[in-house]
Amino acid sequence: MPKDLSERIILLFTIFAILTVTGAVAAMSLRNLVHSVLALTVAFSGLAAVYLLLGAQFVGLAQILVYVGAVAILVVFAILLTRDSGTVPLISGGSWRLLRGSGIVVFAVFGVLAWAICHSSVGRHTVHLSHDTSIYEIGNVMMQRFALPLEIVGALLTVALIGAVTIAMQEKEGRR
Amino acid sequence: MTPLTSCLLLSALLFSIGLAGALVRRNAILVLIGIELMLNAANLNFIAFWRYGSHAEALTGVMFVIFSIGVAAAEAAVGLALIISLYRHTRTTDVDKLNSMRG
Amino acid sequence: MSWVVRNLWLIPVLPALAAGLSAVAKQRQRNFAASLAIGSMGGAFVLSVCALWHAISLSGHAGVVREVVNFQWLQYGSEPLKLGWMLDPLTAVMLGMISFVGLLIFIYSAGYMADDENFTRFFCFLSLFAAAMLGVVIANSLLLLFMCWELVGLTSYLLIGFWYQRPAAAAAAKKAFITTRIGDLAFLIGIVWLYSQAGTLLFYDHGAGCMEQTALMHLVAQSAWLGVSASTGIALLIFAGAVGKSGQVPLHVWLPDAMEGPTPVSALIHAATMVAAGVFLVARVYPLMSAHAGGESALSATTALQVVTWIGAITAVFAALIAVAQDDIKRILAYSTVSQLGYMMMGLGVGGVAVGMFHLITHAFFKALLFLGAGSVIHGCHGEQDIRRMGGLKRFMPITFATYAIGMLALCGFPLFSGFWSKDAILHAAQEWSISRVPFYFGAFGALLTAFYMTRQVCYVFFGEDARDARLQQHAPHESPTIMTMPLVILATCAILLGVIGTPAWPWFDSFLNALPTTVNGSRFFEGGVLLVMLTSSLVVFAGLGLGWWLYGRERIVMGSADVLEDMQPQLFKILRNKFYVDELYQATFLRWNAWLSRVSDWFDRWIWSGAVRAVSYVVLGLSWVARSADTYVVNPGFDEGCEAVRDGGRAFSRLQDGLTQNYLRLVGVAFAVLVIFLLWDGGR
Repeated sequence: MPKDLSERIILLFTIFAILTVTGAVAAMSLRNLVHSVLALTVAFSGLAAVYLLLGAQFVGLAQILVYVGAVAILVVFAILLTRDSGTVPLISGGSWRLLRGSGIVVFAVFGVLAWAICHSSVGRHTVHLSHDTSIYEIGNVMMQRFALPLEIVGALLTVALIGAVTIAMQEKEGRR
Repeated sequence: MTPLTSCLLLSALLFSIGLAGALVRRNAILVLIGIELMLNAANLNFIAFWRYGSHAEALTGVMFVIFSIGVAAAEAAVGLALIISLYRHTRTTDVDKLNSMRG
Repeated sequence: MSWVVRNLWLIPVLPALAAGLSAVAKQRQRNFAASLAIGSMGGAFVLSVCALWHAISLSGHAGVVREVVNFQWLQYGSEPLKLGWMLDPLTAVMLGMISFVGLLIFIYSAGYMADDENFTRFFCFLSLFAAAMLGVVIANSLLLLFMCWELVGLTSYLLIGFWYQRPAAAAAAKKAFITTRIGDLAFLIGIVWLYSQAGTLLFYDHGAGCMEQTALMHLVAQSAWLGVSASTGIALLIFAGAVGKSGQVPLHVWLPDAMEGPTPVSALIHAATMVAAGVFLVARVYPLMSAHAGGESALSATTALQVVTWIGAITAVFAALIAVAQDDIKRILAYSTVSQLGYMMMGLGVGGVAVGMFHLITHAFFKALLFLGAGSVIHGCHGEQDIRRMGGLKRFMPITFATYAIGMLALCGFPLFSGFWSKDAILHAAQEWSISRVPFYFGAFGALLTAFYMTRQVCYVFFGEDARDARLQQHAPHESPTIMTMPLVILATCAILLGVIGTPAWPWFDSFLNALPTTVNGSRFFEGGVLLVMLTSSLVVFAGLGLGWWLYGRERIVMGSADVLEDMQPQLFKILRNKFYVDELYQATFLRWNAWLSRVSDWFDRWIWSGAVRAVSYVVLGLSWVARSADTYVVNPGFDEGCEAVRDGGRAFSRLQDGLTQNYLRLVGVAFAVLVIFLLWDGGR
């Protein structure tokens, strides 16, 4: 692999990583929920770019389609349907103790993860780049080896759709 | 720092941010967003291991992520529907106030 | 075996059924109860007459004709316990007497008790008594006899205490029951002893019964202690039961008090039948009484028979003496009954079954007559019983007077009346007794006294002037209704005529009981001092009557004055009036000892046994205290701690379950971190 290409990829990766993290942090910390969702789309988009960088084109596109396209819109609709969700405080009023507790938990989890990653032997493996994967291959695998899981996911999605509609449906007089 | 490690670290960071949001924010929608973030962090892990691990031609990591995205979509739909339904019942999306399951 | 014998059990069962039915009858079903009782008694009477007729028709054969029906009552181990009934002349005679007198008294009672509230109950008890008494008579087993005997005692108790609202009646019932119980205890011991020796309680069982030769020889041969044979011991124990029931000295005290019961009861139970049960018992076990090593001989004086004779003789005089000084019309008759029962015992002792039983039968009739007459008098005088407050009743109650006079003459032994013949037979036998002449003199003296006190009573009651309370004076005494006088007349007839069956010239009764051929032979009057004895007793009777008349009837008794005898011998009279202080003696001795013994027992109970019990209880209490302490301070805290811990844990965990999902998530995060650390440090290896 040419060095410049590798360096460019690392640069791009760093940029997208920073974008993703920034978006995520913004999404989790903004008071306005709509802004929060916008930041979330940024984070999802950054992640999609990372996927593309990593050679998973299909996944990256799916990420953009599903998350940026569908989930984000869904969340916006949910925000608009729940009236008290316009602007919310960052944290529950005065509950600093809980915040501290949550912070400890988060840092513990991150510390543990980071420590594990850094000390793991996984990272020291020689990177051997595989061939690029085409949509054709994915389709092949999906229709052959993963046909049954695909069907199940399809069924799951249908059920989830119907379920979501049923749950969220406006209650009528006498029937749900 | 190898590419895999950096990917994993990014994933860990994303996961932690999502966790922090899910733990700290009281709005149910934001909690859900935090959970979506954590899910994406996991997806990134799969892709990274697929990309830098052996047997990349088997496409397991990719397939897993595809299914995961599908399940996440379903989860988001059902979760948001639940939030809306809850909101109709309680007129709030504050999870601190939804403690009727208290033991 | 004829149908009479087979169905002999019906005789007691009929009144028993009547008793059962009237027991469930309502209190106001008076006519039902009365007709039921009288009807059943009539049925029993008819059957008894059939039985008597059957026995008479068989009596021509040689030997005592005895028909028995035995059946197995229950089986314990390998021993069958048999009961049975029998028909022999003794039974037949008793059956006839009891059912006849009983029937008359039942009829009389229907009149006498007509105003009583508990009429139904009365007839129930009376029927039960009749059933039990008839059962005693037909029993062929000492055990069955004892059962009926006790039943008789029970009904006696119930009937004496019939007016239980009166303390005197209740006390008398108790006294009668307890006193007879003393004799019955000895009786029961005798039964047990007899059973242990003979192995059977059947009297006659085709050679295997306890009154038959084999068993008797065995009993005679057995020596108990101090040279007394088992037969004598058993006989004396059984006789003790008879003493209690027949009111012999020293257990006579209950009989006069028993007069607290209704007068028909006194007549039926305490004069005619129940008290005669003792005499009957002695007659029934006469083979045992008279058994001695030399074989069966009716007139030999065994130890047991000597005791019977002496007890009887003493009782006859003792009770007659007391009767002289009594003022209660029924009490006089009661002591007279005791005295006459003494005669019967004496007759059994000196002369055998027939002599005693003959007096029993005649006495039953005239004493029932006298009691019913006394009841009629009491009825007519509106409940007055004190003879000093009567007088001149001859004018108001002619039928009662006539019949009473007949009964009185029969009792005294006035020549040609039934009592004369029976008493004469006893005196004659006593005169010939080989052991001693004293019983004869006792009997003669008793006869004198009998004539005297009866004369005194009749003079007080029927002659002289009306001495009743001014309060009662406005109600003139009245003759009793026909339902009451009719039995009197019938009994009076019997009292006169019944002697015919036992005159020396034609000793049918004697022959019947002893299964001898009967012949009429006028010359027997002149054999062996018969005439002499007759003359003596007649003289004695005349003397008694004359003396009584001279003292009480010669001049009109002044109302409220002291008794003539009391004027002459105040000390003696006082002793007699107080019944020789027997009750007081018992009070001072047995009752006091008993009380003392009770106190000792009480003390033992309270201090020794109770102390032991209390000590045990304290030990147990101490143990339980220890157990409780262990429980409270050791076991419970353990459990309490455990429970507390579980509860606190539950509370702590329930605090985790606060319904806030974010808290759950926090926990999950912590757990995740911990898991990873664990895996990296240790689990990874």
